[in-house]
Amino acid sequence: MKFNAELLKELVSTYGPSGNENRVRDFIKGQINDYVDEIIIDSLGNLIARKKGNGKRIMVAAHMDQIGLMVTNIDDSGFLRFTNIGGISPFVTLSQQVIFENGTVGVVSAEPIEDISKLKISNMFIDIGVNNKEEAEKLVSIGDTCIYNAEYGENKNVVFTRYLDDRVGCYVAIESIKQIKNPKNDLYFVFTVQEEVGLRGAKTSAYRIDPEIGIALDVTGSRDTPKAKTFAIGLNKGTAIKVKDNSILTHPKLRQYMINIAKENNIPYQLEVLEYGGTDSGSIHLTKEGIPTGAISIPTRYVHSTIEMASKNDIMNSIELLTKLLESDVSL
Amino acid sequence: MLLKKLTEASGVSGNEKEIRDIIIDEIKDYVDDLEVDRLGNIIIHKKGNKNPKKLMITSHMDEVGLMITDIDDIGLLKFTTVGGIDKRILVSKPVLIGKNKVPGVIGAKPIHLQKREEWQSALNIDQLYIDIGANTKEEAENIISIGDYVAFDSQYIEFGKRLVKAKALDNRVGCSLLIELIKEIEDIDFYGVFTVMEEIGLVGAGPAAYKVEPDISIVLEGTLCYDVPKLDDHLVPTYLNKGPAISLIDRTTLYDIDFRKKIAKIAEKNDIPYQYRKTAMGGNDSGKIHTTKEGSITTTISVPCRNIHSQTSVMSKYDYENALKLLKAILSEYKKGEL
Repeated sequence: MKFNAELLKELVSTYGPSGNENRVRDFIKGQINDYVDEIIIDSLGNLIARKKGNGKRIMVAAHMDQIGLMVTNIDDSGFLRFTNIGGISPFVTLSQQVIFENGTVGVVSAEPIEDISKLKISNMFIDIGVNNKEEAEKLVSIGDTCIYNAEYGENKNVVFTRYLDDRVGCYVAIESIKQIKNPKNDLYFVFTVQEEVGLRGAKTSAYRIDPEIGIALDVTGSRDTPKAKTFAIGLNKGTAIKVKDNSILTHPKLRQYMINIAKENNIPYQLEVLEYGGTDSGSIHLTKEGIPTGAISIPTRYVHSTIEMASKNDIMNSIELLTKLLESDVSL
Repeated sequence: MLLKKLTEASGVSGNEKEIRDIIIDEIKDYVDDLEVDRLGNIIIHKKGNKNPKKLMITSHMDEVGLMITDIDDIGLLKFTTVGGIDKRILVSKPVLIGKNKVPGVIGAKPIHLQKREEWQSALNIDQLYIDIGANTKEEAENIISIGDYVAFDSQYIEFGKRLVKAKALDNRVGCSLLIELIKEIEDIDFYGVFTVMEEIGLVGAGPAAYKVEPDISIVLEGTLCYDVPKLDDHLVPTYLNKGPAISLIDRTTLYDIDFRKKIAKIAEKNDIPYQYRKTAMGGNDSGKIHTTKEGSITTTISVPCRNIHSQTSVMSKYDYENALKLLKAILSEYKKGEL
């Protein structure tokens, strides 16, 4: 299997902030249509793709939404004020380019501020290069959301780009869908909406599917950079099998099963004990009567920035672990 | 007058019986089914022309208030808050305690005795007490007990050209809108829900949505309004007298974009003034409703209320009337299958 940089590049470059995932959903649908038996789009907009099999009903969730900025006000000079969609850092956002669904590009700046540590989103604005409110209103309406606009980059080891979170999870799911030819298990791949604002799409899709096992695919932090706090996850050290984050303690049997699969197939892995953050697994495991749930994470530096960086090897190993797991006779 | 009756009734979260009985009395002759569920939500069904999408309109009927936690030796009562209350609005205010509405006043150390540094910050709740005119613990215990709910004592008053001052406008204003719809709308099939315990964490709405299984919901609210001069336009969440506020995003919901645009278009088509709720803070029953079971679509339409969560909330009848117009226009689109 080769690293499909083209697909990943298209995924991270496709518009789809939380609550407005239409474009990325259409793109993913186009990628997987020929490889699945059934596709459903539910009321919140989750894309649910089924590969039928006779074994366990397994839900694999990768969220397709991304963080962004929603316009709340347009002033007389045509400057836009905004609120955050998901975990937006004012410091990361300052001086970035942003792009709206219709292609309108803007730059983000702030009111004059003496102490930069006091920078807040409410003091910042988007400049779309217009002369007045009327011109602005032709391009942008209140309630519109823009995303970071930044180049995709890579070298032989890593990719660095906006929105690996969680388009890399979508990438892993898509590649796995393409690889699995004769599914033993009854597989539901869900490209979820609104993860970044509170794991919402996973909640309703898990209710519909009622899976016997849940697996989330998402990025996790890394602490292998200079003077970083201790956290045993680094780039190019393997796929990460989640033990915990703030939304879940993963099911011990499923976790051990993942470890066994990794060992049997010589897939490098690391164990992730994350002391912050959450993933769709947090919603899935509390659905209905409770669902044994785990997560495969892609170690990523600089999460929620425009230069999120992950190792190509780790990404490939994540695809392999997921595929081998889904192709096995899962019993917990 | 309906809104007077609704706001002057008490119904602190978890203790909605009084307001629930008033609402049931108002609507019972206009509904096909009415049920009070196990948590205390009122769920009604008005039958009419079937539409493939099930519509639910909700309004929470609870309000913020206080609860008695202790009685001291000289008969003064200690209390805690129920729902989001700014402690700065409590000092020297009249309250009504328990089922029998025992009158009391919230007391504190007089300004003469406070040190200069005490002026700098608001008194903590534990420095306040409720005085019910009792002289001893026993005397107090005869008329109230620990766990009793405390509601603000505040009259409904109309003032200025079209403003209203009352307590609990959040969310009796929503209840009033829903009651008027239930009374006036005929021939449209919808569910109406008056929820409990919204103010302490959207408790009633989830179970109600679980039962009704709506496809689309309209959540009616009184929402925060802070339109003072000198505040930059983008920091004003809503204005008074600019019409009902349509929500974009809050802490519990990212409102469905297509549905939101439809609502705005209906307002424009009917020349009804509206505004967007510009803050992302706060949350409401929509958060629970749209993520229940397999998920559904929601919108929130609010009447702006200054001094929300206080004894002296202020709203405009102009905004109320336009909210009602907008709701009727939405329902007529729903009837045509256009929603």
